[in-house]
Amino acid sequence: MNRLMVWLPLGVFAILVGFFFKGLTLDPTEQPSALIGQPVPAFELTDLNTGQLLSRDMLPKEPFLLNVWASWCITCQVEHPYLTKLSEQMPVVGLNYKDTETAAKNWLQKLGDPYALQIFDPTGRLGLDLGVAGAPETFLVDANGVIQLRIQGEVNDRVFAQKIQPMLETIQ
Amino acid sequence: MIPEIGHFALVLAFGVSICLAVFPLYGYLTNQNGFCATAKPLALLQGFALAVSFGVLMYGFLAHDFSVKYVADNSNLDLPWYFRMSAVWGAHEGSLLLWALILAFWGVAVALFSRGIPDHMSALVLSVMGMISVGFLAFMLFTSNPFVRILPFAPGNGADLNPLLQDPGLIFHPPMLYMGYVGLSVAFAFAMASLISGKLDSTWARWSRPWTTVAWAFLTLGIALGSWWAYYELGWGGWWFWDPVENASLIPWLVATALMHSLAVTEKRGLFRSWTLLLAIAAFSLSLLGTFLVRSGVLTSVHAFANDPERGVFILGFLIVVIGGSLTLYAIRASKVSEPGEFGWISRESFLLFNNLMLTVMAVSVLLGTLYPLLVDAVGGGKVSVGPPFFNAVFVPLTAILVSGMAFGPLAKWRQSDDPKLYRPLIVTLIVSVLVGLVWPSVLDGNYSIGTALGVTLALWLAIATGVDFVKKVGLYGGLGATFARVERGMIGMWLAHFGLAVMIFGVVMVENHTEHRDLRMGVGDTQQLGNYDVRMTDLAVINGPNYVADQATFEIYQGETLYKTVTPQKRRYNASGMVMTEAAIDSGFTRDLYIAMGEPLGEGDWAVRLSVKPFVDWIWAGAFLMGLGGFVSITDKRYRKRIKEEKAEAAVEGATA
Repeated sequence: MNRLMVWLPLGVFAILVGFFFKGLTLDPTEQPSALIGQPVPAFELTDLNTGQLLSRDMLPKEPFLLNVWASWCITCQVEHPYLTKLSEQMPVVGLNYKDTETAAKNWLQKLGDPYALQIFDPTGRLGLDLGVAGAPETFLVDANGVIQLRIQGEVNDRVFAQKIQPMLETIQ
Repeated sequence: MIPEIGHFALVLAFGVSICLAVFPLYGYLTNQNGFCATAKPLALLQGFALAVSFGVLMYGFLAHDFSVKYVADNSNLDLPWYFRMSAVWGAHEGSLLLWALILAFWGVAVALFSRGIPDHMSALVLSVMGMISVGFLAFMLFTSNPFVRILPFAPGNGADLNPLLQDPGLIFHPPMLYMGYVGLSVAFAFAMASLISGKLDSTWARWSRPWTTVAWAFLTLGIALGSWWAYYELGWGGWWFWDPVENASLIPWLVATALMHSLAVTEKRGLFRSWTLLLAIAAFSLSLLGTFLVRSGVLTSVHAFANDPERGVFILGFLIVVIGGSLTLYAIRASKVSEPGEFGWISRESFLLFNNLMLTVMAVSVLLGTLYPLLVDAVGGGKVSVGPPFFNAVFVPLTAILVSGMAFGPLAKWRQSDDPKLYRPLIVTLIVSVLVGLVWPSVLDGNYSIGTALGVTLALWLAIATGVDFVKKVGLYGGLGATFARVERGMIGMWLAHFGLAVMIFGVVMVENHTEHRDLRMGVGDTQQLGNYDVRMTDLAVINGPNYVADQATFEIYQGETLYKTVTPQKRRYNASGMVMTEAAIDSGFTRDLYIAMGEPLGEGDWAVRLSVKPFVDWIWAGAFLMGLGGFVSITDKRYRKRIKEEKAEAAVEGATA
């Protein structure tokens, strides 16, 4: 008995090693954002289209999507038609991230502008506060202005069905 | 030129560590004393080389040598000199260098203070430490070299140290913690040396006991400092978050605590031999595992500096060699360990066994809770996180059970101790602690809290029982006057540590159950009530710091009509990184802390302000300090000094007869 028992610690360690090895191949950045359950950070930035000063209080008072995009981002173009379709269902607020005014405006002119508001963040300050790693990223914000979900990468049918829809049902 | 000296010293240390790992072991196996004798000089040389290397990196920071990438990444022209010194260990590469330096330092300490230990034994111990050193230095040289240069175009200014780390707490927290982590390598090395030599009696326990105690004391202080730093710097006012990295330091601490107690049994009674060996291996292995978890990015956390899978693979390989190797050796040898002697159902041995059982269960549950997200993710279960509710639900009751037993252990005698007379003082202890504990919450404002009653009862139970043991043992030696000269220092250390735990439990119970906490909107001229105080915001100003700009609010705290104190919390924005940090204003007191932190600007000159009264919060760290102090006191015990002389005499006799 004792003879087998002394091998037990090694066995346990071997199993752990297997998990660690697997763990190394998993993407640790794909973590739920620390901002989940927190209000959208305060900001004072202009609207890209109107030049009007925007702040946190002016965000929609119903559940909405906050979509981080830029004209230099290819995937943003890919998800754009889908967001346009979604915007009929719920408000989509744009956060134009680290972009130039002309490039962003041209982009919207060419592809259409489904956004309810367009926060212009050329220095990426709000993006930094949001913990944005890159574009596109989309946050689902509830009626109280609290972030409920963070999606890194493209929003599409599958993401909507698997992540956004269930969360919308729970917060409504 | 100067950074190359540091780099060269690092390479030299690497070469020396290889020699240290190989020569003494070879000498031992082939019975050549000449090779064994190289151990001590090599350990000293390695310590010297790493000290040079570390000194050069520090010089780079002080002299603003931004051609060194590590300096450019973690320093800035505006950074004050004391933070430039601590910035040396503010990120991945430098903290590894500190780790290696401290490992070498422990090697030097073993080389200098092991005169009572036979040469072939200390040679083996140093050889094992050399092997660990080889792994770490190779890791640094091949994946994380702090002396990489940016040439020929060195930047004119650096990116600045992470603002979270620009704090006096960080100057001391990592070195203390590493002293503890790495100090456990000595106990590990002694255990390995005894496994290699096959001398599996209790002598190794005798030798490694003081080393384990010192390492444990450093670990205790290091964890406490980290918790204190989180309390005043992270701006949330919490003192423990069950963050993976905090857990990574708590797990080895729990195992090291178990090890200290089981070493006592092994030394005094020759029992638990195999178990103690395993604990010694586990304590250090878990320290390494902690390093792996933090450095590899397997678990994310606020502490993670380096999320680099290549480094992760290297560390994992290193872990497999060290932990896998030592556990294999253990499995081969430990089945031959004899366990002479027996002990009764009620005896000091059985209480210490109970202690070990509880601490091990606690360590395993914290480990499981920490790894659970990884385990679930690895089997495709998605990202989950195990929060404080799990840890509190498991940890709190286990602590209560452990502490209940802690009153009995010191009173019990070795072998057989079922005489009820021994435990009679505990009846009074129980009555007093329950009565006071039940009454205590009703003295406080607000609702009666059962949790507080139970927690305070527990703290009193431990504190009074420790006092009872103190009075009994002091009584044996006759009067208080002669006490401290005659009572064993180890005993005094134990009392201090146990009493410290009681103090800490009291602090935790009070803070967790009776913190008064308000988030408010305040502008200049507003007054709010906070406990027995009135807090008035009198001014808002913009302050220019050396490397940041801060919004600073001035609050006047009134006690009735009289001004008690003026405090100035800040919201800082660091120039180089743009990071925003909260500097809370804390008025510390014996029975409570007043905690005022600025949240976010709400417009019209108003700010979200967080006001808290935290009762007895400083007792948490005071308790931890007492525990650490207990560790340091106990190693000044006479028998450790005397033993060296005796063993020298013994060795001389052996030498004469041989």
